[in-house]
Amino acid sequence: MTILKATDVGISFGGVKAVDGVSFSVGSGQILSIIGPNGAGKTTLFNVVSGVYVASRGTIHLADEDVTGLAPHKLAARGLSRTFQNLQIFQRMTACENVMVGRHLREKCSLLPALFRTPSVTRQNRETRAAALDLLAEVGLKDFADVPAGSLSYGACKRLEIARALAAEPRVLLLDEPAAGCNAVETEEIDHLIRQVADRGVAVVLVEHDMKLVMKISDRILVLERGRPLAEGTPREVRDDPKVLEAYLGHHGAREAARA
Amino acid sequence: MRALVNHRILTLLVLAAMIAALPLIFPSSYYFRVASLVWVSALAAIGLNILMGQAGQVSLGHAAFFGIGAYAVAIGPAHLGVPPWAALFLGALLSAALAYLVGRPILRLKGHYLAIATLGLGVLVALVISTESRWTGGPDGMPVARLTLFGWRVAGSDTWYWVTGGLLLLGTWIALNLDETPTGRAFRALHDSEVAAQVVGVDVARFKLQAFVIAAVYASLAGSALAFMNGFINPDQAGFLHSVELVTIVVLGGLGSVVGSIVGAAVLVTLPQVLTVFHEYEHLLLGLIIIVAMIFMRNGIVPSLSGLLFRRARS
Repeated sequence: MTILKATDVGISFGGVKAVDGVSFSVGSGQILSIIGPNGAGKTTLFNVVSGVYVASRGTIHLADEDVTGLAPHKLAARGLSRTFQNLQIFQRMTACENVMVGRHLREKCSLLPALFRTPSVTRQNRETRAAALDLLAEVGLKDFADVPAGSLSYGACKRLEIARALAAEPRVLLLDEPAAGCNAVETEEIDHLIRQVADRGVAVVLVEHDMKLVMKISDRILVLERGRPLAEGTPREVRDDPKVLEAYLGHHGAREAARA
Repeated sequence: MRALVNHRILTLLVLAAMIAALPLIFPSSYYFRVASLVWVSALAAIGLNILMGQAGQVSLGHAAFFGIGAYAVAIGPAHLGVPPWAALFLGALLSAALAYLVGRPILRLKGHYLAIATLGLGVLVALVISTESRWTGGPDGMPVARLTLFGWRVAGSDTWYWVTGGLLLLGTWIALNLDETPTGRAFRALHDSEVAAQVVGVDVARFKLQAFVIAAVYASLAGSALAFMNGFINPDQAGFLHSVELVTIVVLGGLGSVVGSIVGAAVLVTLPQVLTVFHEYEHLLLGLIIIVAMIFMRNGIVPSLSGLLFRRARS
């Protein structure tokens, strides 16, 4: 069943069409990867889909509801969660607190009980922390729960962002380069994690430069070039598409690759 | 978690013990008065620190709410026949309402722009107070009727020492409570990354507004307490310099640290009193001490010193 559907999405910045007429859809449990050379508009597309930017044209549907132009926190309430390419960690909070913020929508959040710290607030805090610790264990950060997030390594921050996004129990998860800057072992772990998430029925949209990872785990791949869709299909179809090779390697390189 | 809860209660116990024990070493009623001034400033600063230190939004016009609280308890009983205690709550309500109405548009601004907008608010309120002399007595100020609670006439510097001390304890308790709740976490989250807070579902505009309203109510109650205590009020309390003083207390004591706001208030209120022995060099020395303190303790007094202690304890 299709959960997230983008139709003919476009956005321009001062005459530059950063994303131009891109459509895709992803169903629950599926992994869709979006690839393309640098500057192809992958992250911009993510920003449009997650409500950080407002599309200048096209529509976005989340579970059959038109959510075009909704603010990010409203999209989050409808089950869309994401991570960032350039880390957006709450630096001054501990790793555990970062994930606890991810539980925001699952918590009762009224002001007066908070000011007077009623027993229900304390109880809820305990539950949220327990849930956060489980998620930290899942991404292998259990030992760092009470460490300030600002002092974690880059790879650890990447996984912390995934844990925080998962804490919201999303139906759709957008991952922006989760494996960037990770070594082979860490990439392996992230690969494993993404599969687990998809197996639970979450629709995963992945932007990633690590082609080995992309080819291995994607159900479908969408290739962008200069903001426009270039190709779409299964990993095998995309890999053999001469247009894709040309976009990545140039005209000459593509001919070389075809010969090889 | 356990350690944090203990830490919260420990902080309150130490503060309560300090408030209880200080009178034992006070040689005259003048000391009660100075200490009460510290408690009142600390109360306003703790509220402002929730806005600045937790939620990361600056307010350069916060004395406006302090002034509204102060003038509410002066004008209410004098012109409108409102009982003094009720005027205190009306002032808080008015401050909250103004913060809500003004906060909605201006909290969309960020950093310097927000600073200028709040500064404008502060200047505006101060201007209204000093020109509407029929109601406020203008630049000369106006007397404040004594507070009477159930037939008990609250007067005298030692009485006010206990009342303001109690208010400070209450304000400290609430601020410490807030830290470890979904609301407190939302404040700190939007401080570090608004966009990340948004995508996990935090309604950033709503929480900024909440922090602004909470800070306004704190300042208003502190202003009311000061007006009652002094029995007199003038527009300086709502003025720009007082706004700057509140921000200085928060930053000097330590952004985000509740205890820091109390320490900051203690330093900024008592230091001028101590420095009077230097006569005309008083202000020069005060400025110099603040500059040196900020250079050597750039996170503020309390976070810097506790960081130092913590490192010592570990090594």
